[in-house]
Amino acid sequence: MSKQTNGQSKGAPYVRIENVTRKFGDFVAVNDVSLEVQRGEIFCLLGGSGSGKTTLLRMLAGFETPTSGRIYIDGQDMSGIAPYDRPVNMMFQSYALFPHMTVEKNVAFGLEQERLTRDEVRRRVGEILDIVKMGQFLARKPHQLSGGQRQRVALARALVKRPKLLLLDEPLAALDRKLREHTQFELINIQEQLGVTFIVVTHDQEEAMTLSSRMGVMNQGQIVQVGTPTDIYEFPATRFVADFIGSVNMFEGKLVEDEPDYVRIRCEDFGGTVYVNHGISSAPGATVWVAVRPEKINIARHPPAPPAGVHQPGAGQGENVVRGTVKEIAYMGDMSIYLVQTESGKTVRVTMPNVARHTEDRITWDETVYVSWHAESPVVLTR
Amino acid sequence: MKSHGLFSRVALVFGLVFLYVPILSMVVFSFNNSRLVTVWDSAHSPTLRWYQALISNEQILGAAWLSIKIAMIAASGAVVLGTLSGVALARFGAFRGRALLAGMTTAPLVMPEVITGLSLLLLFVALEQTIGWPKGGGAVTITLAHITFCMAYVTVVVQSRLVGFDESLEEAAMDLGARPVKVFFRITLPLIVPALVSGWLLAFTLSWDDLVISQFVAGPGSSTLPMVIFSKVRLGVSPDVNALATIMVMVVAAGITASSVWMRFQARRRERDMQLAAAANL
Amino acid sequence: MPRFSAQFGRRVVLGIPTTWLIVLFLIPFIIVFKISFSEVRLAMPPYAPLFEWADGKPVAVRLNLSNYSFLFTDALYVSSYLYSLKVAAVSTLFCLLLGYPMAYAIARSQPTTRNLLLMLIVLPFWTSFLLRVYAWIGLLKSNGVINNVLMAMGIIHEPLTMLQTDFAVYIGIVYSYLPFMILPLYSNLEKHDATLLEAAADLGARPVTAFLRVTLPQSVPGIIAGSLLVFIPAVGEYVIPSLLGRTDQLMIGRVLSDEFFANRDWPVASAVAIFMLGLLVIPIMLFQHFEKRTLEAHK
Repeated sequence: MSKQTNGQSKGAPYVRIENVTRKFGDFVAVNDVSLEVQRGEIFCLLGGSGSGKTTLLRMLAGFETPTSGRIYIDGQDMSGIAPYDRPVNMMFQSYALFPHMTVEKNVAFGLEQERLTRDEVRRRVGEILDIVKMGQFLARKPHQLSGGQRQRVALARALVKRPKLLLLDEPLAALDRKLREHTQFELINIQEQLGVTFIVVTHDQEEAMTLSSRMGVMNQGQIVQVGTPTDIYEFPATRFVADFIGSVNMFEGKLVEDEPDYVRIRCEDFGGTVYVNHGISSAPGATVWVAVRPEKINIARHPPAPPAGVHQPGAGQGENVVRGTVKEIAYMGDMSIYLVQTESGKTVRVTMPNVARHTEDRITWDETVYVSWHAESPVVLTR
Repeated sequence: MKSHGLFSRVALVFGLVFLYVPILSMVVFSFNNSRLVTVWDSAHSPTLRWYQALISNEQILGAAWLSIKIAMIAASGAVVLGTLSGVALARFGAFRGRALLAGMTTAPLVMPEVITGLSLLLLFVALEQTIGWPKGGGAVTITLAHITFCMAYVTVVVQSRLVGFDESLEEAAMDLGARPVKVFFRITLPLIVPALVSGWLLAFTLSWDDLVISQFVAGPGSSTLPMVIFSKVRLGVSPDVNALATIMVMVVAAGITASSVWMRFQARRRERDMQLAAAANL
Repeated sequence: MPRFSAQFGRRVVLGIPTTWLIVLFLIPFIIVFKISFSEVRLAMPPYAPLFEWADGKPVAVRLNLSNYSFLFTDALYVSSYLYSLKVAAVSTLFCLLLGYPMAYAIARSQPTTRNLLLMLIVLPFWTSFLLRVYAWIGLLKSNGVINNVLMAMGIIHEPLTMLQTDFAVYIGIVYSYLPFMILPLYSNLEKHDATLLEAAADLGARPVTAFLRVTLPQSVPGIIAGSLLVFIPAVGEYVIPSLLGRTDQLMIGRVLSDEFFANRDWPVASAVAIFMLGLLVIPIMLFQHFEKRTLEAHK
């Protein structure tokens, strides 16, 4: 996660998207989206295909015009301003390097519009290429570069004009796994070094979680939740977000006790009760969903002792624990994924790190096990 | 699958033979000493006499020169206009009058030449009546006519090249601050040059080769090469025409071979570059 | 300010070719249309004006429909139109029958040979159309190459009459327009997914069946495009019938040219042209429709 968290605002937000809608005929690609991005942030828009994230990005760049709503960058209304007049630069998914120009000419292209001397242009081109570590490739043409090299040139080209805002469209999608990890950290370093505000569009959660200081999850043209990666992962606002990021166990249930500092939910799903040690705002008897992340669940051959620190009447055994049979085990090396089927037929997904090297005593298929979690682990969702 | 492939391959061979036998026969008989052209005079052949006759034939040389001049101007004009309309049709989306422009640029592709020729002549006559120009036709009217029907072909070539063109390159240029005109001249144009070149060559060939339209709109005193050839061959075969044909075939074959060798060379160099880049794999 | 210049630039880019074409393509047709309604005159230009002017205002309109009725009553015109349509249709069919397997073979050949083959198909197109038609005179005439060879081989004893026949015109049209048939067909066939044929074979279809049920239906747009590219201009062909065709039955292109140059009857020639255009309007619009579709498919 990028270090610039806590969205330190210098007063007004740097990028303000105000009730922006984009329709293509009857199809609504972006539906009344409002968003604020602070200066110097790396903000990620995360969503699947068709979520509207790319359309929103293109509206920021100026390639699409909002059907309604406004976009402000550094306080300036961007309505009617063409892409070439905006203080925004974009790094395209396909990099879009000009094939008939050298690396140097590609990067210098944006500077030619500004009245700089030849020497000044050359200096700045050299400077930015050194930052992306492509300094020795000035005379190469794009087809003479590898994928990772082209990406860096595309980044340099977009940054050399020192834009107020840099838009990145799936920046790591075309790179292979190892390169992707390496580049993720490089991107963050460059951003911190230059202090440019980034808005990144991606469908890859890992990318979003690694890069962003804050992120927004988009679905069907709307922003579903905005927050830091921790917020989004640990405190998802809706079932969609909980399910979209990482994996999650979702239990449907009825709210039986609703107190300011705890709730109890009866889940027929797995035939047990969930006790959560914080209050939620909902009506008693309402249908809610309980989301528990696989890594927060413990798997053991014996049921756990009554949870410590729980002094509520009625609390005790049988809550936040379920008995089941191990149906599948996926050994991933650093951890194992267990799929446990409860007596009610529900499958619970549990991940456990493989702490011990020796395998004799490991839980294995068809064993009867108890899966349990701490009272503060579940997230209760009402929508 | 095998027998099926065989049938089409036989057809291909037959078709190629069909295409080239007439050309080859013209070439062969251009060296035939006999005036009867197709009766081989083994005693005195092969000979270059028809080539010599060709070189000294003022009428043919003059007509050839006129045809070349007209074709060069017409091809250049057609490329300029065809590029403009190709860009408009490929990039401007829906605009008022789009159907009109699209229709006017595809109709000449299939329109019978007698109709085009007739209509253009009537236009020039009407113009002459109202504003006194052009006087009796001539090279100018032929050139204007050729530009008009050649630009349709260039439009199709340019338009289909632009439609397949990676628009993100143009967007990237605009994003970096370049105005649309600059984007066109610095980014789009350099990358579609091959299409423009082939468009120019296409227009040149069509103009150089045109008979019907030229016949309609030419005035007295301007005879293009096809017009001269046509009046000769209406009366039957003529050996110096064979010689002319051979020269043209040689020029075209040389040109095409040279260009495909050049393209092969370019492609191979690119591939080598890309392999080097992947191998370095930084 | 940027908006303004962008709009202005657009207008210029659009305006130049559009104006040119309106002046040099559209207006001429309107003139032809207008003249087809006038009477012939022994003057320059050889037709009567459509409007009678008096004090700068049109007073009477002389609309002469006799040119058109002439087309229907005179046997020469009716037979020429029908003959032209017939010849064009038959030639297109032959062109298709030869061109389709050729395009098929090229599409299925190795990539390296493919470029060579395409080059060979296109090369004749770059040499003079007129000269290549002329070449057939040398081949088809009584003491031409084909007859000489056949007689020398003893297959025939008297020269065959091949010139100035329908047969010669068919050959001429197929010969000249073959590349126009092959290229759209090739471009369509080249995009076919070869694994579809493998799937068909796997499911038990023999090669002929696979071709008829899988390949042929997919190639229909190419067939239509190629056929229109051949048929429409062939109807109005002038050069081929002049050099190779019959003297007793003319194609409509010849008729138009004769009316114009020989008879100096511009109104009738114009009527002939307009009527020909009327016959071809539907095929032309079909062609433009398919052009648009292919272009959009490329996106």
